[in-house]
Amino acid sequence: MLLDVGNSQRPRLLFILGIAFLFLAGAMMTHALQTPSQTQQSARSESSQIPTPPSGQSATPVPTGPQSSAQASQNGLSVVVLDPAHGGTDLGARGTGGIQESEIVMEFTAEVRKALEQQGFQVVQTRQANDNPSFDDRSAIANAQRNAVFITLHIASTGLPGTVRVYVNSDLPAVTTANGFIPWDRAQAPFLGLSRKLGDLVQGMLTQRFKGSPDTAQSATIRQLRTTAAPAIAVEVSSVVVNDRADLDHMASGVADAIARGVAAFKPLYVVPTTGGVQP
Amino acid sequence: MTPPVKERWKFWLTTLLVFVVVGAAISVPIIRSRMKRAARLQQQTEEQARRELVQTVPMNPSDPRVKAKLFWLSDSDSSALAPVTVELPLSSDPVLRSKQVLNTLLAGPVDVELRTLPPDAVLLAFYILPDGTAIADFSEALATSIPSGIASEQLAVDSMARTLEANVPEVKRLKILIHGQEVETLAGHVDLTGTFVVHADTTPGPANPVAAPAAGKVGAIAAPTLTAGSSAVKLAQQ
Repeated sequence: MLLDVGNSQRPRLLFILGIAFLFLAGAMMTHALQTPSQTQQSARSESSQIPTPPSGQSATPVPTGPQSSAQASQNGLSVVVLDPAHGGTDLGARGTGGIQESEIVMEFTAEVRKALEQQGFQVVQTRQANDNPSFDDRSAIANAQRNAVFITLHIASTGLPGTVRVYVNSDLPAVTTANGFIPWDRAQAPFLGLSRKLGDLVQGMLTQRFKGSPDTAQSATIRQLRTTAAPAIAVEVSSVVVNDRADLDHMASGVADAIARGVAAFKPLYVVPTTGGVQP
Repeated sequence: MTPPVKERWKFWLTTLLVFVVVGAAISVPIIRSRMKRAARLQQQTEEQARRELVQTVPMNPSDPRVKAKLFWLSDSDSSALAPVTVELPLSSDPVLRSKQVLNTLLAGPVDVELRTLPPDAVLLAFYILPDGTAIADFSEALATSIPSGIASEQLAVDSMARTLEANVPEVKRLKILIHGQEVETLAGHVDLTGTFVVHADTTPGPANPVAAPAAGKVGAIAAPTLTAGSSAVKLAQQ
């Protein structure tokens, strides 16, 4: 029989087993009913999500390079913040043969770092590994430095292969509050003049080496540059759409050398204003 | 001769157990498939409703045909825009006119290599605020299908701004939303938190303007999700 129990116990045992089975069946049916509705609920909640401003924007004030004018004038440009764009789940541009922007920019960054250090600059990176800090986190790293410039490195998915373009942020209306602070979302505004000088110098060096590149830096509304309180440029290499990844790899040393020479040429021009909140 | 009471109990309970097991085995898959079908139907209904809302604005043949300037990539320099003149029957209403030219821009030029916007992107809604700020709400494909990069994203935005500038004088600035939401960037590079100047003689709008929908001109979304975003001061001067 079912179990080795007395005959008088068997009906009770079977009754208990039956009740337990009923509960189990009920639970299974409830689960079957709930699963799709939960999926719908989460889909609904995602579609109705309202974006919120970055949480860090009301955080600690950060001293800037050129705004701390006396000190900057004494020390001059000494730090270059390199920003390998994208990373983590954000792969950036993707090309043929599995080429990923987030990966290639790390290799370019290593080359640029080496070239800048040979020129005597201290280099700070916004990411060291395959992670993806937010735009604000990357800017915060740059804004914590004194006497620094910021260079964000990208690989495009369009453009004539073998060319390099330098971008500076489009005009931003400069805003300074009564207490002399610069709003975080306009941090680049006072530096646009210096960014333009740095961009043109770096672009000039790049164009000497990579024919077909523009003669001067272009303007674009780049999110990463807007919150950066330093002379800041974006360097975009064309492109991930190459037949052979080696074509891109071969460009790295040339791009690094041109950027390092451009930054070195910019160093004497890194003259900061004596009054805060004025566009240089 | 009737079976003993205990034997009857055992018989009925066993029968009950068998029924429960068989019932659960049959009903659970049926319920699952019904729920899936219901969910699919709901999705189809939402998609249908979305399509009805976002259907392109038809050209009215009775509207006067005008030579519209549309900005796609230049065939001599793929990093620049060039105007292409297209004769279109355009409405005199600035909102309808804007929709018509933007939809033509989305449809692309004859040479598909010169298009600036992804072919699967859809203009979901368009309206103009009293201060001349135009709100253009696009489907997610605008962000997900566009080639990633500073150059390609900036050209996409510029092509819209220049096309509106050439054809709709009422639009002073352009604000781009993706599926009714304000997004930080188009595809990782170009900043969409602010507005883009359409007519250069106007002063640029605030980065995060407080906007209200123009009465009677709101399309698919009830109200813009823009926020008064003048964030807290963070950078110190010394």
